[in-house]
Amino acid sequence: MNPMTEPALSATPVVPAYRAGQRVTLIRVMHSEWTKLWSLPSTLWLLLITVVLVAGGGLLAAVLQLSSLPHGAAAVAAFNPTQLSQTGVGLAELTAGALGALIMTGEYATGQVRLTFTAVPRRLPVLWGKLAVFAGVIFSVSLVASFISFFLGQALLNSQHLGVSIAAPGALRSVIGAALYVTVAGMIGVALGALFRNTAAGIATFAGIFFVIPPLTQLLPASISDHLAQYLPSSAGEAVWGGGRGITDALSPWTGFALLCAYAAVLIAAAALRLRRVDA
Amino acid sequence: MIEVRGLTKKYGDKLAVDDLTFTVRPGIVTGFLGPNGAGKSTTMRMILGLDAPTRGTATVNGRPFRDYSDPLHEAGALLEAKPAHPGRSAYHHLLAIAQTSGIRKSRVEEVMDAVGLREAGRRRAGRFSLGMGQRLSIATALLGDPRTVILDEPLNGLDTEGIRWVRSLLRSLAAEGRTVFVSSHLMNEMSVTAEHLIVIGRGRLIADTSIADFIAQASHPAVRVRATSPEALAAVLRGPGVTVTPGPGGELTVTGLSTDQVGTAARTAGITVLELASQTASLEEAFTAMTQDAVEYRAPATQTRDVTEGAQR
Repeated sequence: MNPMTEPALSATPVVPAYRAGQRVTLIRVMHSEWTKLWSLPSTLWLLLITVVLVAGGGLLAAVLQLSSLPHGAAAVAAFNPTQLSQTGVGLAELTAGALGALIMTGEYATGQVRLTFTAVPRRLPVLWGKLAVFAGVIFSVSLVASFISFFLGQALLNSQHLGVSIAAPGALRSVIGAALYVTVAGMIGVALGALFRNTAAGIATFAGIFFVIPPLTQLLPASISDHLAQYLPSSAGEAVWGGGRGITDALSPWTGFALLCAYAAVLIAAAALRLRRVDA
Repeated sequence: MIEVRGLTKKYGDKLAVDDLTFTVRPGIVTGFLGPNGAGKSTTMRMILGLDAPTRGTATVNGRPFRDYSDPLHEAGALLEAKPAHPGRSAYHHLLAIAQTSGIRKSRVEEVMDAVGLREAGRRRAGRFSLGMGQRLSIATALLGDPRTVILDEPLNGLDTEGIRWVRSLLRSLAAEGRTVFVSSHLMNEMSVTAEHLIVIGRGRLIADTSIADFIAQASHPAVRVRATSPEALAAVLRGPGVTVTPGPGGELTVTGLSTDQVGTAARTAGITVLELASQTASLEEAFTAMTQDAVEYRAPATQTRDVTEGAQR
């Protein structure tokens, strides 16, 4: 890993003029963010891990289910094959959140952000550009992963006649909802990255919201947690793809998703405010 | 043209930049000089709209930098930071910045050629040496063919050849009519690079002067003379534009006269000269003395203004 030898410099610096017009637009900032996203090797890795988690998680859940089939009418009635094949989504949100946080904190860790804001002094287009590019990419990737996971999972379950088709009630909503959930969770990661400007703090807070707080509420007396748990970002979002397992009084799918979006909107607004106001 | 008016930045109750007012004109290289921690980087960040001033204003070509819709054409900056995300190639780093303003790919290649980075352009910036990182930063600053160039310590980490190259680059940028504002903590570096100097210490303006004036003032020749009767010699030498300061052991420090003049005057007066030497303070010494004044007399706030004015005189 020796630094390469330095190429020679011309005796007299020649920097030609550039006469073409220049103007910052949101589309151009998105183009720039697209370049930034794909020119870091970590992006591809995190996206691959997201796919593996979604597809692999669903597959694993289906395999485990086959080894302990539901017995009795009640268990069969409660069994939700779509939710089962989308189990991996509950893990993929972590890589989505990490990637989201990283596209923001990576700029601060390296001092890049000052160059970025010199190029885009109004700053906010950078946040919108990052969110738009990231949301587009993570939604596409997780949607593909979600369909893979659904069809593979149902194919496995069908060996015991437990699977459902994509036309089954709620199945398509659940598959698309899973991708929507991962996307909005990832955008919360972007907002947390912008708020904390620090990778460790951003990802830790994200994990706290989605992985630590939910089980903690289970420790509360049911009289309290029953009125609380369904409004947490994770459970609210889960309503759109997983049908809110283990939650009494789960929100309806789209109400839950709307609540998750509202959480994201509040965090993004706070991030925008901080981005605009605080020294870079 | 950069105009800074009453610029002040407070961090908590610490004043990092204290009521700075100066103008950086186009067509020449202006050096921004001060010891480390004097507030140079903070001032540059405020000019670029990255940090918000507590008070005062900074404009680039008449407007706050944040108001421009073609910022890369208005100002190119090299700031104290890693030149690029270490995982990204130099080419993609430059491309991403160019794309925000719709600058073409051909321009990215042009600036990479200009700084001799074409071969290394596809390698990750994290593997660059300090010198190559500086070159990448310079390429970044030049992307938009900027009217104003703001460079924070651009000579750091460069070898002799690189330093010479950057110097001639700065001069040619200024010769093209651009505003060139370059910070450094080394006086000698600036004395051969800049035509005008803005010197700050502890966030305050100490001097705003041409290099020629600064050198003339700093290297104002003094003559040190030791003679048999110092009082008599002092009386003979004193006159308009001449100062004589007695020192220990009958030594006199004379300004306003050359060694020849002092020697001749002594002989005419019949005084035997025992020792005669000319004294020239180096620029670095003059600069250190100047900024140290600002540092030492800073504690009582009431005295600061006198010191600053004294230094400017």
